[in-house]
Amino acid sequence: MSILGTRVLRTEDPGFLTTGGVYTDDVVDERLAGACHVFFVRSPVAHARIRSVDVSAALRAPGVVAAFTGADLADLPLLAPPMPGMINERMSQPVLARDVVRFVGEQVAVVVTEDPYQGEDAAELVDADYDVLPPVLDLAEAASGESGVLFPEAGTNVAASFGDAAGLQADLFDGCDVVVTRTIVNQRVAPAPMETRAAAAAWGEDGRLTAWLPNQGAQGTRDALADMLGIEPAGIRVITPDVGGAFGAKFGADPEHAVVCWVARQLGRPARWAETRNENLVAMTHGRAQRQTVTIGGGRDGTVAAYRLEIVQDAGAYARFGAFLPALTILMAPGPYAFARAEAVAKTVVTNTTPVGAYRGAGRPEATAAVERAIDLFAAEIGMDPADVRRKNLLPKFTEPHTTAFGAVYDSGDYAAALETALAAAGYPGLRAQQVKRRAAGDVVQLGIGMSCYVEITGPGMEAGGPRENATVEVHPDGSATILTGTSPHGQGHATVWAMLASDELGIPVDKITVKWGDTDLIPEGGGTGGSRSLQQGGAAVRQASRELIDVARQRAADELEASPADLVFDTGRSAFAVAGDPEASVPLPKLAEEEQLVVRTVFIAPGPTFPFGAHVAVVEVDTETGKAVLRRMVTVDDAGTVINPLLAEGQRHGGIAQGAAQAFLEEFIYDADGNPLTASFADYPFLSATEVPSFELAHMATPTSYNPLGAKGIGEAGTIGSTPAVQNAIIDALAHLGVRHIDMPASPQRVWLALRSAPGAPVFSSTGAASNGSRDA
Amino acid sequence: MQVQLTVNGQARSDEVEPRLLLVHYLRQRCGLRAANVGCDTTSCGACTVLLNGRSVKSCTMLTVQAAGQEVTTAEGLAADGQLHPVQQAFRQEHGLQCGFCTPGMVMAAVGLLAENPHPTEAEVREGLEGNFCRCTGYHNIVRAVLAAADATAAEVNP
Amino acid sequence: MIPAPFEYAAADSAEHALELLAKFGDEAKLLAGGHSLLPMMKLRLAYPSALIDIGRVGELAGVRADGDELVIGATTCHADVAGSDLVRSQAPLLAHSAAQVGDPQIRHRGTIGGSLAHADPAADLPMALVALGGSVEITGPGGTRIVAADDFFTGFLETSLEPGELLSAVRVPRRPGVGWGYQKFVRRANDWAIVGVAAIDGRIALANMGPVPIRARAAEQALADGASPAEAAGLAAEDTRPSEDIHADRTYRQHLARVLTRRALEHQAG
Repeated sequence: MSILGTRVLRTEDPGFLTTGGVYTDDVVDERLAGACHVFFVRSPVAHARIRSVDVSAALRAPGVVAAFTGADLADLPLLAPPMPGMINERMSQPVLARDVVRFVGEQVAVVVTEDPYQGEDAAELVDADYDVLPPVLDLAEAASGESGVLFPEAGTNVAASFGDAAGLQADLFDGCDVVVTRTIVNQRVAPAPMETRAAAAAWGEDGRLTAWLPNQGAQGTRDALADMLGIEPAGIRVITPDVGGAFGAKFGADPEHAVVCWVARQLGRPARWAETRNENLVAMTHGRAQRQTVTIGGGRDGTVAAYRLEIVQDAGAYARFGAFLPALTILMAPGPYAFARAEAVAKTVVTNTTPVGAYRGAGRPEATAAVERAIDLFAAEIGMDPADVRRKNLLPKFTEPHTTAFGAVYDSGDYAAALETALAAAGYPGLRAQQVKRRAAGDVVQLGIGMSCYVEITGPGMEAGGPRENATVEVHPDGSATILTGTSPHGQGHATVWAMLASDELGIPVDKITVKWGDTDLIPEGGGTGGSRSLQQGGAAVRQASRELIDVARQRAADELEASPADLVFDTGRSAFAVAGDPEASVPLPKLAEEEQLVVRTVFIAPGPTFPFGAHVAVVEVDTETGKAVLRRMVTVDDAGTVINPLLAEGQRHGGIAQGAAQAFLEEFIYDADGNPLTASFADYPFLSATEVPSFELAHMATPTSYNPLGAKGIGEAGTIGSTPAVQNAIIDALAHLGVRHIDMPASPQRVWLALRSAPGAPVFSSTGAASNGSRDA
Repeated sequence: MQVQLTVNGQARSDEVEPRLLLVHYLRQRCGLRAANVGCDTTSCGACTVLLNGRSVKSCTMLTVQAAGQEVTTAEGLAADGQLHPVQQAFRQEHGLQCGFCTPGMVMAAVGLLAENPHPTEAEVREGLEGNFCRCTGYHNIVRAVLAAADATAAEVNP
Repeated sequence: MIPAPFEYAAADSAEHALELLAKFGDEAKLLAGGHSLLPMMKLRLAYPSALIDIGRVGELAGVRADGDELVIGATTCHADVAGSDLVRSQAPLLAHSAAQVGDPQIRHRGTIGGSLAHADPAADLPMALVALGGSVEITGPGGTRIVAADDFFTGFLETSLEPGELLSAVRVPRRPGVGWGYQKFVRRANDWAIVGVAAIDGRIALANMGPVPIRARAAEQALADGASPAEAAGLAAEDTRPSEDIHADRTYRQHLARVLTRRALEHQAG
């Protein structure tokens, strides 16, 4: 009986549950003995020229070892945007602001103290003087440059463009009976992992840097630090402690990490930093932040003939990964649909706000949210059930790769089955019947049913050399095994699942298998964990390495047993080779490691990215007097092919669903008209808590991919991608009978109430605030 | 100033600044780093410990306020190498992923079940309203607390 | 994230606390549960020079009956107010209000005296006290005085407490069996009210509709004149100028005040 596909409890958990994980701020290491503590001073204004930064008073404060400003670090390179050539390099971020600050929270100075408590005291004494400039916040103004340009040397606020804006066809919608267009918002959110950013740095006598910091791939982090410090990657060892969540925002390295490393070198002693939540909310990269214009046209029979998506991406103050996101949005623009004609274009603009980066889904949730909104807008316009419109337009089932007009090669998919499974699990006809009843009765609390169909790209191969991952598997004479992986888990459970994969091949129990990652001296190459790549590439690599190890071991066993390799059978139950037909003539695997190391390193090369898909159905109740929407049910299909550990796969889906739902009705990072953040604490930023979501109903579907021997696609982001539009559509659906066609996310109570007030069939709000809509007394 | 309190059953006496937050005392002075700091506004609960058996957010207490009292952290739950029923339930139900919220979540759950041994799902969710998790979507955390309640009831009434 | 330095002294009685207050001067503050004060200090919005800890002064905690009133010690934590049999039977609105504050951990530390002295107009207990027509006992060097809830909250985060004084107890009328309504509109369960309403016995108090918890006097008058709950609720926002924030603008707040008042009047417990 294979262990694969079974609910193996995590080997990681006992430690986490008893003594707790060891996160960067927890690390105790002799190399960090006597460390000083770094505290950042940050800009209180969104856009200004820095006249001066006076640290003299801070230097006199108790416990202050040093203080530095941008001038001190002026010869460090800038943090260049990713995807060289695609994004304007003049919009690079300095590690400490030099002449200009471009967002509230941008770091302008550091104070370094003996004790962490002294840093905040000293920071208050730093006197920074600013010549305030008008902030550029509005996306249209940013695009036109009319209210100012963040980087005068660039002469524009446009950081990147994707798609062919000049090539948009004026006649794309010719022949459509119905055309609907709308500009919608995919709002800025904060990834807000529970562990904020941190770093610990120590330079050795050999001149090498050892850096501990939370990350999503130590190798990429090492390279990013090397770039920012202007040194060779070989001069840096990155060690990855436990990471308390990342969600795309802990890839590579941030300027602050480089500053901490620089301080340690400058002072000749180790340095540590742990950011506050306020810093995290304003200075860790944000997510999403797209304004989208969707246009959809087709016939009254529900067939969509054409779809256009036009995107303006807010990059924030500096071009980071966020500037590139729309390229992924464009790639996935048509989603799972067989539109006859589709176009998408985007431009990215900088604004005086927190830089935008990857956040769970990174560009693909935006694509799904746009097309799913468009489908519902179209359905409302023609008066058809949105499920039927989807049925009419989904790509039919395919098992051979299907190339879309946007160049995405979908590996396998059965989108209609996903939708039908989700609708059936939700009891869709019954829900609609309930909705009819409540509408007829004019209930104050109305029922909304929303759905989404999605497909998304995982394992896109952004790492050097295209989609691939390495694994090293070693069997030890004592019967244990060690795996080295280039992935970088931060909650996904790779220690357990990679052990399961190796165990399945080697016959060694899971609890005797140790998995290591995140130390660049031990594992110099790796693609990290993100883009839902790990199982399909990293896991496949572990399996491949295990098989190759058995092949190596077979040769040794043949020698040992004086038999021909072809006559040997490997019995995983006993973890031993035996001569076929003569089980007594056997040699256990660990014995073959006694004379010579039994270890294999392999690289699994994926033929390309894979495309998990699914369908979500959300059921909400909306109080039409207060506008408050409550999520009652989430029913999902998230098909990521073969499931290796259902317990962990469900966990990934749960987490993704919750984050996606939170964007639909709760979370938004907001600025005022001066560019001041208004949601810079967990008291103000409406981070989802347990009372706002129900338990989720997960339906099972697994359509394997042929792209790796596991048949697995990526599950990590899928839940997020499907849930956001399902919940948004549900809230709007609750009010559709009153003529409400759209509500931007988050559908906060006030937004919902405003939509109700201006809807054509809106209830009349009497002086008591009670809603009535003519058909009954309030 | 000197402060005396009991941490995980051990009496301690330490010299502390009045402003030393209890969470930092536990982490830096006692070496008990399971409780984490996750926010600045008493919102997230990652720092939750028990004070005289009641759940509190140790980031919003001064160490000196705990003088003469008993603090229990996640490290103090398991006895003789056996996981506490709540810890066992979290493992069983996959109620943790990155683990950062987990010690606080577990302590909040222990406190919740001490006051309400048979909570409904709604009561569990409300009881954990002060503990944020970004990874699990709360689904398995709720299952874990309900399972722990069942397990404890089974122990009491086998 | 951590407070600026301060001096600290633990009081062992109310009298001792007053002595310490006098000793440390006007920049000193009292510390009970610290769940209004410490968050402000951690954000460096408050810089008291000294904290006088009354958290372990036994005489300042506890619930007792005193004639037709309940007397609740100022350092009684919200969980204990919510769980007190006396409060639940005699002033259930107050028990319910205390059970709404924050989350369980906060309720194990935050105190009724601390919450009232902090005087956040969006908070539960100030609104509840105003609705109940309760009062606070203030103890100072000159003795003890009583201030009615209607007079106690003087401005945004301001009360009639003078420097050197201590809020020692809270008094609420005993009204067993009298119907009461309580509505707290939030987006997340442990948020402060976007708008809150507490109604009992013809009195209606609103949270987050002004710089202090306010009485919906026009609505109260309408009720007294025989209007139905729905009609009276229509006047709930009369003469209010609520502030605007990321959750609600003025119009929406006023609308919520009307809806929630109607619900508080129509859905009464007890």
